[in-house]
Amino acid sequence: MIGQLIINSIVAGSIYALMALAMSIIYKASEIPNFAQGEMAMVSTYITFVMLHFMGFPFLLALIGTLVFAFILGFLFEFVFIRRAKDPTLLGYIIITLGFQMILYGLAAWKWGSDQRTFNLPFSESKLIYESDAFVLTEHNLASIVIAIIVMSLLYLLLKKTKLGLAMKASQLNSKAARFNGIPTNRIVGISFGISAVVGAVAGILVAPISTLDPGMMWDPLMKGFAAAVLGGLKSLPGVVFGAFLLAIIENLFGFYISLEFKSIVSFAIIIIVLYMKPSGLFEKHYVRKV
Amino acid sequence: MSFFEVKHLSKSFGGVQAVNDLTFEVNKGEIFSIIGPNGAGKSTVFNCINGLYRPEQGKIVFNDKNLCKLRPDQIAQEGVARTFQNLELFKYMSTLDNILLGRHLKMKAGLLGVLGLNIKNSRAAKEEIKHRRKAEEIIEFLELEASRERPVFSLSYGKQKLVELARALAMEPNLLLLDEPAAGLNNEERQDMVYWIKDIRDEFDITVVIIEHNMQLVKDISDRILAINFGKKIAEGVVQEVMQNSEVKRAYLGEAID
Repeated sequence: MIGQLIINSIVAGSIYALMALAMSIIYKASEIPNFAQGEMAMVSTYITFVMLHFMGFPFLLALIGTLVFAFILGFLFEFVFIRRAKDPTLLGYIIITLGFQMILYGLAAWKWGSDQRTFNLPFSESKLIYESDAFVLTEHNLASIVIAIIVMSLLYLLLKKTKLGLAMKASQLNSKAARFNGIPTNRIVGISFGISAVVGAVAGILVAPISTLDPGMMWDPLMKGFAAAVLGGLKSLPGVVFGAFLLAIIENLFGFYISLEFKSIVSFAIIIIVLYMKPSGLFEKHYVRKV
Repeated sequence: MSFFEVKHLSKSFGGVQAVNDLTFEVNKGEIFSIIGPNGAGKSTVFNCINGLYRPEQGKIVFNDKNLCKLRPDQIAQEGVARTFQNLELFKYMSTLDNILLGRHLKMKAGLLGVLGLNIKNSRAAKEEIKHRRKAEEIIEFLELEASRERPVFSLSYGKQKLVELARALAMEPNLLLLDEPAAGLNNEERQDMVYWIKDIRDEFDITVVIIEHNMQLVKDISDRILAINFGKKIAEGVVQEVMQNSEVKRAYLGEAID
């Protein structure tokens, strides 16, 4: 049984990690916790659904189309709503993201209805590819893990090895200095929102087959991702990934050994404990200011 | 057509006229100082040149372009670099990384270059080597070898100022704006700064515009001086001319009581 718990934890951790990364990318770029992240992913998932089931696109084309859509959605969200805010406070920003979340939720419910639909991918969540006494592994399980690893590797390359990654880091550290070194910081923040939305969309596509496709589908993954990000330290991408897997393991062990009913409360308990003990997260570097 | 021109520049904040119809020119290869009492509008002039502020009136002409119409990052691309009165560094990065960030504009390798990163003699590898070499040159020039790998926040104030200067040099600018380069430095460091600024002009062929309060440094270093007060020009010319000017004396020392 413990083998199955570990597999479940890795699969859940992969999805939490994608949501947590999505939040973290935006938080690093702009210090805004984006609560519209889940709904942005949900709308993107509906776009995949429409392209697959109504327009009959092959999966790969639908996927690429969705990622392009997600990037534009994220970029426009920053360009139209966030950038326009005049002398905004953090609270103001949070209200903007909550407002955008409600807009997207309402739009999705109006356009596609709020009934729960089944969403099928080429990799099925009922077909087993490995079966033993210790654990079973479905196609969807394996695909989730592989896709999460691919996304993380691409993100690593993008942030560590490209000019864009360097520009993003510079803008985060000192946006004024970055601008005077020739970096268009506004555009960099917009691009960060776009990339974050793409990562979130991948999470949405992976979540839909195992839950259902409906406008509220991303609430739970978002809160889990947020908890994982807080646990790992919102600004450290490796920390956030570690936090996601740690959260998934704690959650699954708690659910099996202690109480399945209270399983989803674990993530909130973790947020509270982390905020009490180490507010900057387990992994964030904490510099002491030299006076 | 001069190298760099500010024409009839005006900028106000609410009711305060920070810069008022200011006109001056800087020639290529000059070290040009802007002096004036606190609140005279010196930093505002720099912020207008850099695109941080939009002036209400006037033009700033460089490379046949009006800088007032460009964003800060575009102005940097035109070859204007600057340092700040209160340092603006990437504090948690090392000295070397700060300088390499100054090379950002010159870097071309994008996502495709990443894939060729491990191949010797690939375009990306060659580029990386070129940028590292330039950064090392600057480190050697400003004698920052000992601070190369240290995070900038752990360095002394004087060294941090040099790192900022190094980052500006890494951009290979044509025009370098220095906002109070000697403020907060001790005598020895100030002497070094004079020597470096002259070298920057001579060796790198960079035109330098300085805002400075330290009159000794201004006298030692400047080819020409512009004195402003309440946002208006009160004198412009070679060092002796401006220092002898009665309005400059009055601005600094106050009105004589008869």
